[in-house]
Amino acid sequence: MPNTDTSVREVIIIGSGPAGLTAAIYCARADLRPLVLEGEPSSTTDQPGGQLMLTTDIENFPGFVDGIMGPELMANFRAQAQRFGAEIETVKVSKIDLSSRPFRIWVGDPSADEPSHLAKSVIVATGAQSLMLGVPGEMELLGHGVSTCATCDGFFFRNQPIAVIGGGDSAIEEAMFLSKFGSSVTLIHRRGELRASKIMQERARSNEKINFRWNSEVTRIIGETKVTELALRDTLTGEESVLAVDGCFIAIGHSPNTGLFKGQLDMDEAGYLTTHEGSHTNIEGVFACGDVQDSLYRQAITAAGSGCMAAIDVEHFLEDIPEHS
Amino acid sequence: MSDSTITITDNTFDEQIKTSSTPVLVDFWAEWCGPCKMVAPILDEIASENAGKVTIGKLNVDDNIRTAQRFEVMSIPTMILFKDGEPVMRIVGAKSKTALLADIESHL
Repeated sequence: MPNTDTSVREVIIIGSGPAGLTAAIYCARADLRPLVLEGEPSSTTDQPGGQLMLTTDIENFPGFVDGIMGPELMANFRAQAQRFGAEIETVKVSKIDLSSRPFRIWVGDPSADEPSHLAKSVIVATGAQSLMLGVPGEMELLGHGVSTCATCDGFFFRNQPIAVIGGGDSAIEEAMFLSKFGSSVTLIHRRGELRASKIMQERARSNEKINFRWNSEVTRIIGETKVTELALRDTLTGEESVLAVDGCFIAIGHSPNTGLFKGQLDMDEAGYLTTHEGSHTNIEGVFACGDVQDSLYRQAITAAGSGCMAAIDVEHFLEDIPEHS
Repeated sequence: MSDSTITITDNTFDEQIKTSSTPVLVDFWAEWCGPCKMVAPILDEIASENAGKVTIGKLNVDDNIRTAQRFEVMSIPTMILFKDGEPVMRIVGAKSKTALLADIESHL
């Protein structure tokens, strides 16, 4: 299916969350005819529309007085980009060569001789994805009690005991959401206190269905055909125990989707791309926006804002290069 | 929706699966599920491009929890392929069109 496109695009945007699609809206309106490589559907890794596709109500995106559903908000972003002529392909980039211009991008078979697309400039908006625990049983029982998406799967655990692993805002949000379904929600955290914001902590503590297992880490997820128990270890005493649950939701944080760019784009120790003067990366003509370069704010609105910045930076860059570079 | 896409409910499930002239890929989905929305257009394409070979059956889990429970669906989207009335393959989670086709093709 990936056909080789020999024309040189003004700009290719990789990723289709709030950052990538905002960049697409601005690039399209600037008549740069952007191509968005939006990724491929997945429930466990990155996906078209980004992390908001795995959420329900978004109550802090300005302009939506009564809130909006995450997937609906992203469908709106996408439609708005298309309205101004952005082209969107549902493919995943398999390889990229930023060593010379035009930049070369492969989708499908990364060992193909010829790249699928050529571009004068690239906006990287590949976002971040949920981290997994990496313990035995986790992958085997994914979709059979192990989940990374409370909003997708909480429904199936009505009146059943649930565990949430993690201690940040997203773990608390998941626990709050799941408390509407489960008979109990146990928040398992490897430290003795939460990283989550004060307001989230208070909400969790005042929810009578939520209880806490402090200083505990999951060493194994147990079950034949579906999750039945979690094996836990006390991080202070080393004492081992077992917790009976039907559902296990993992919310231990995110890692940036930057594997494609290793050795080409500068990144920090955690793998987040380093940007300077707005959205510039270390390679001229390559710009980055959204969660892929932001481990601090990680909000839909900040991602969208940085997508706008990247589009404006691309515009300035393309104005300054000779016509046939 | 093309002719090769049908809506399935708790009440009609057995009859529809049993009488179908083609294998039926049942898509367990819900309105509030983002990944389900990503997969829906792909399933529409697969249905129209493989008319006569496979039928896509849409089952809304909100309205039809009995069938979802019967097949122990614990995550959506889950897609189960029924052939001659029996479940022969199960896909859990959203996937690309290429990956979905690769999964179901050997059963058609």
